[in-house]
Amino acid sequence: MQNCCDINALKQKALLVRQEILELTNMAGSGHPGGSLSAVEILVALYDCQLRHDPKNPRWPGRDMVIISKGHVSPVVYSVLANAGYFSKDEYKKYRKLGGILQGHVTTKTPGVEFNTGSLGHGLAVANGLAIGAKLLKKDQKMYCLMGDGEIQEGSVWEAAMSAAQFKLDNVCAIVDYNKVQENGMVNDIMNLEPLKAKWESFGWVVAEIDGNKIEEVLKAYQDFGKINAGKPYVIIANTIKGKGVSFMELKSAWHGKAPNNEQLAAALKELS
Amino acid sequence: MKPVATRDGFGEELVRLGKVNDKIVMVSADLEDATRAEYFKKEFPGRFFSVGIAEQDMVGTAAGLALQGFTVFINSFAVFMTNRAYDMLRMDVCYNNTNVKVICTHAGLTVGEDGASAQSLEDLALMRVLPNMRVICPVDTVEAAKATKAISEQFGPFYLRLSRNAVPVLTDEKTPFEIGKGIVMREGKDVTLIGSGLMVSESLEAAEILAKQGIQAKVINMHTIKPIDKDLIIKSAKETGAIVTSEEHQMAGGLGSAVAEVVVQNYPVPMEMVAVHDSFGETGSPDELLAKYGLRAVNIADTAKKAVLRKLK
Repeated sequence: MQNCCDINALKQKALLVRQEILELTNMAGSGHPGGSLSAVEILVALYDCQLRHDPKNPRWPGRDMVIISKGHVSPVVYSVLANAGYFSKDEYKKYRKLGGILQGHVTTKTPGVEFNTGSLGHGLAVANGLAIGAKLLKKDQKMYCLMGDGEIQEGSVWEAAMSAAQFKLDNVCAIVDYNKVQENGMVNDIMNLEPLKAKWESFGWVVAEIDGNKIEEVLKAYQDFGKINAGKPYVIIANTIKGKGVSFMELKSAWHGKAPNNEQLAAALKELS
Repeated sequence: MKPVATRDGFGEELVRLGKVNDKIVMVSADLEDATRAEYFKKEFPGRFFSVGIAEQDMVGTAAGLALQGFTVFINSFAVFMTNRAYDMLRMDVCYNNTNVKVICTHAGLTVGEDGASAQSLEDLALMRVLPNMRVICPVDTVEAAKATKAISEQFGPFYLRLSRNAVPVLTDEKTPFEIGKGIVMREGKDVTLIGSGLMVSESLEAAEILAKQGIQAKVINMHTIKPIDKDLIIKSAKETGAIVTSEEHQMAGGLGSAVAEVVVQNYPVPMEMVAVHDSFGETGSPDELLAKYGLRAVNIADTAKKAVLRKLK
């Protein structure tokens, strides 16, 4: 089900997704734009070029699976899934509204979402379980897990990091959206993650450290997954910018969990046009 | 038959089930020897995964395996599973409604000498309030085996509360077992004693004490705490006019609370609860602890007399 990976088309897609993130949060009056904007290239490249999936048959048993461990970044997830064809954009107007399929944090009410999340530090263990299951069933499935940088302050992430290496889960690809900002400030001021690459390596992972807002680098990191990590889990440390693409949101913790008002939306969309 | 711990019934049954159902797998957190999950590990090493001493990881990994179509059993002591990994049980198991069976041993005061840190007196309350979770506390090793089989055959989350210590065997292969259906162990017209686990045998003993004093007590083995057997509770309230619950658990939130929710909303009658009163346990032998915390037959009998007196007022 892989699409052709024209770099310019992907960049256009990323632009569209950024616009929709802002529109979705503006319409809802709440939500998490900052960590959505930072993860755009990560998810656009994943769903358009890397993942073996079928939006018309979301439960296709042979599919690769994505666990959105940072479940609050629903705007980017919903935009990417809708643009991939999982559901109609008519659903956007009920984002964060009673009765809609687009819940505040991602859930399986939305076609294409594999797991309900929203409490941090859960996804990697689940991805490990999926990966162990795939091996038991002798299925060639790959498991992806998107985590936030603040999220990996949760101890459960490191329990799962140990497990993935112990069980030699070379079918697991973790992605850390290292956007440097969490709810109350800079990640490495609040609880330092560094040396991050060395940490993952010491836990037995093969690490790709990239500019996560450069689509070419994201693609390359995905292409290497499964080729350079025999017997070991694979993690992409994606250096990104929180709020990427909107000057007044970039690297501002205030935009972690706040929606743009109409004026701010207009200003942001102008920058993205 | 001499007393046997309910963990043994679980451990042996899971091996039998594993032989006929190759979709049963186990994730463990280094207590499989004590929980008797090691019987399964020895028989099916390729379907057994230990994540080390990491309860949160155990639960999340189990949820992922369940999404792949496996029936996943996890095991630990009740204190560690339900407290340490509560968020994972809530999110990964209950909110996602994954096919994970949560098996916990060493529940209650009768863990004994290790003291309060190891004595789970809160787990029924914690598990009972989670949507999608069903909660079972078998009365003996025979029923524990039946419960293990029953939960393996129904999709979705279950919590099985088991003992470390040997408890009397009150049922046999022929005793019916159905999830959500309490079992009347003794008929009586004056008061109904409802217990789970070890407290069923204490309740039966209490009924003997009461009979000598002219009070006829009905005794119910309420092995399923959620979904609770509403019909049987209402019927018993109508027939006997007084209810006494007993459990190796805090008074708040456990079996007594579950029964009270039914009684007060449907057919209010005098009701009393035998349970631990908002305190931690401590080191002691199981017998000493049951006596000190008022969980013996004599305590149930005294409490039943109180309930009967209230009925007469």
